[in-house]
Amino acid sequence: MSSGSRTTVRSGEVLPDVVPSSRGTRRLGRAKARPSWRQRFELSLLLGPAIILFVGFVIMPIAVAVYYSIYKWNGFGPLNDVIGLENYRRAFKDSVFVHGIYHNLIIAGLSLFIQLPLSIAIALLINRKMRGRGFLRLVVFAPYVLSAAVTAVTWMLMLQPGGFVDQVFKNVGAGGLRQLWLGDTHIVLYTIFVVATWQYMGFGIVLLLAGLQGIPHELREAAALDGATPWQTTRMVTLPLLGPTIRIWIFLSMIGSLQLFDLPWIMTGGGPAGASTTMATYLIDKGFRSYEFGYGSAVAVILFLFCFIFALVYQRFALRRDTEGAMTRMAG
Amino acid sequence: MAAIQATQPPVRHSRISKVGGPQSAWGTAAAYVVGAIIIVVTIVPLLYVILGGFRTTAQINEHPAGLPSPWVWDNYKSILTSGSFWHFLLNSTLIAIIATGLTVVLGAMAAFALSRYVFRGRDGLYAFFTIGLMFPLTVAALPLYLQLRRLGLLENLWGVAIPEAAFSLSITIVILRPFMRAIPAELEDAAVVDGSSRLGFFWRVLLPLSAPALTTVAVLAFVTSWNFYILPLLVFNDQIHFTLPLGVATFQSQYSQDTAKVFAFTSLSMLPTLFFFVIAQRRIVGGLTGAVKG
Repeated sequence: MSSGSRTTVRSGEVLPDVVPSSRGTRRLGRAKARPSWRQRFELSLLLGPAIILFVGFVIMPIAVAVYYSIYKWNGFGPLNDVIGLENYRRAFKDSVFVHGIYHNLIIAGLSLFIQLPLSIAIALLINRKMRGRGFLRLVVFAPYVLSAAVTAVTWMLMLQPGGFVDQVFKNVGAGGLRQLWLGDTHIVLYTIFVVATWQYMGFGIVLLLAGLQGIPHELREAAALDGATPWQTTRMVTLPLLGPTIRIWIFLSMIGSLQLFDLPWIMTGGGPAGASTTMATYLIDKGFRSYEFGYGSAVAVILFLFCFIFALVYQRFALRRDTEGAMTRMAG
Repeated sequence: MAAIQATQPPVRHSRISKVGGPQSAWGTAAAYVVGAIIIVVTIVPLLYVILGGFRTTAQINEHPAGLPSPWVWDNYKSILTSGSFWHFLLNSTLIAIIATGLTVVLGAMAAFALSRYVFRGRDGLYAFFTIGLMFPLTVAALPLYLQLRRLGLLENLWGVAIPEAAFSLSITIVILRPFMRAIPAELEDAAVVDGSSRLGFFWRVLLPLSAPALTTVAVLAFVTSWNFYILPLLVFNDQIHFTLPLGVATFQSQYSQDTAKVFAFTSLSMLPTLFFFVIAQRRIVGGLTGAVKG
């Protein structure tokens, strides 16, 4: 999407104006000289419902949250206690929230530096002729289609103290590894990361396998003919060509890490002692457990800005290259 | 978002090995080992939960990692006859169907306008729709809740389905627009010569031709809705409206003493997904990965 960075839309642009339909029409649909009221009518018919839905339930909530965030408000009664930026100041002073941000960033970092290399290595390894390949692809993808709620409960059952996981460790002679997986403040976040990896890594692997499919066989063969070792071929040919797929993986993974909610909320409620709090669990906790809707809105705006700014910057600097041709990418 | 743009109809990837890696014997052996490990790590938790449902809580407490002995059917039976499971299943299905229907219909209409009409502000409007890709619904959950309350949509299936559809619109339009754009203008001319209106062309020619892309976005919207947790959590208080994910999480905390029931309930709620996934795996894998392939 080349024009993606232009996301500001003035209200005038939302309702499409009709251009006299002679110029530029050749490229796309060929509007013959039709009365423009007709095109106007068709456009409002086609676009109207989607715009209403989108503005009403995607744009409005965020805009309204900005408005609520300057109030002290319990969600009921009149909005009359303007406290300006106090809610924002409070959020960044609350160590539980600040730790929540760290936790999101830790998950993002672990995804980037552990999950991604592991996924790439696995994808490269199993991208070959082997028996049961289809089955492997099916199985590896399966956890991704499960709901996070099912995943969370499944792993809670597995991780009970003295439960399945502990038993397995004990039976392989590693009983010393037993932990309070969800009860130890030093471990719980990493436990959740492992569970998230179980659920989402397969998707990444299948995505990378699909990316590997798009790399012409001849390129690797040519490199091999030129005397490149398999490792050199992988590093100099395959990985650069896999770049676009990797960059998309990173984008999805980072947005996913920033909004992490279901797993910690169900498995630990953000605890113990805030050790697995994320921005999103904090937000819901403040909004719905303590009915601080003004404050919760401010937290929502902060979370929104995190995602939005990341998306804009990433798109501008990382994904932009993907709109260039494959050849330029190779040269670069 | 260049990222989430499928510039072409999703391609099916059935042959993984065309790009041969170094096909050394060692590499192949390692691939089998890693493959086996992945399969075990993925399947064991699922199997553990399903088998656990056939045990009693006493059995589970005594041997957490054991097999059912004797096999007990009561857990599954009591859940399947209790009604709440079926309620959750029905609610999930209804919400997913409404959300998918809304987003596919409205998204296809908008994508048609954005791909085959020329008007001022078209690219701006398209960019506007892609804003939805930049932040997930979770971020907007709290303000959405307040909005739904204002509209009187709490405790209402539509209160979950409509926002889900709205958030799915972005990816739907991003996938459909290039697809519809790629359909040759000659077809449209031919339809016009045959006396078809533009909307007639959309309905009779473009939509049928877009079937693969429509399937992709439908799968995407359905799976997303089916698994959604946070919005139902906020919108529904009354258990009668709960969806499966919400039901699983609630059941787990309500019956924490009766572990065997939790096992049974959890496995029952993953079965529809797994079943659906196995019969439609090509479409689902192709749809979910095709949607984000650049």
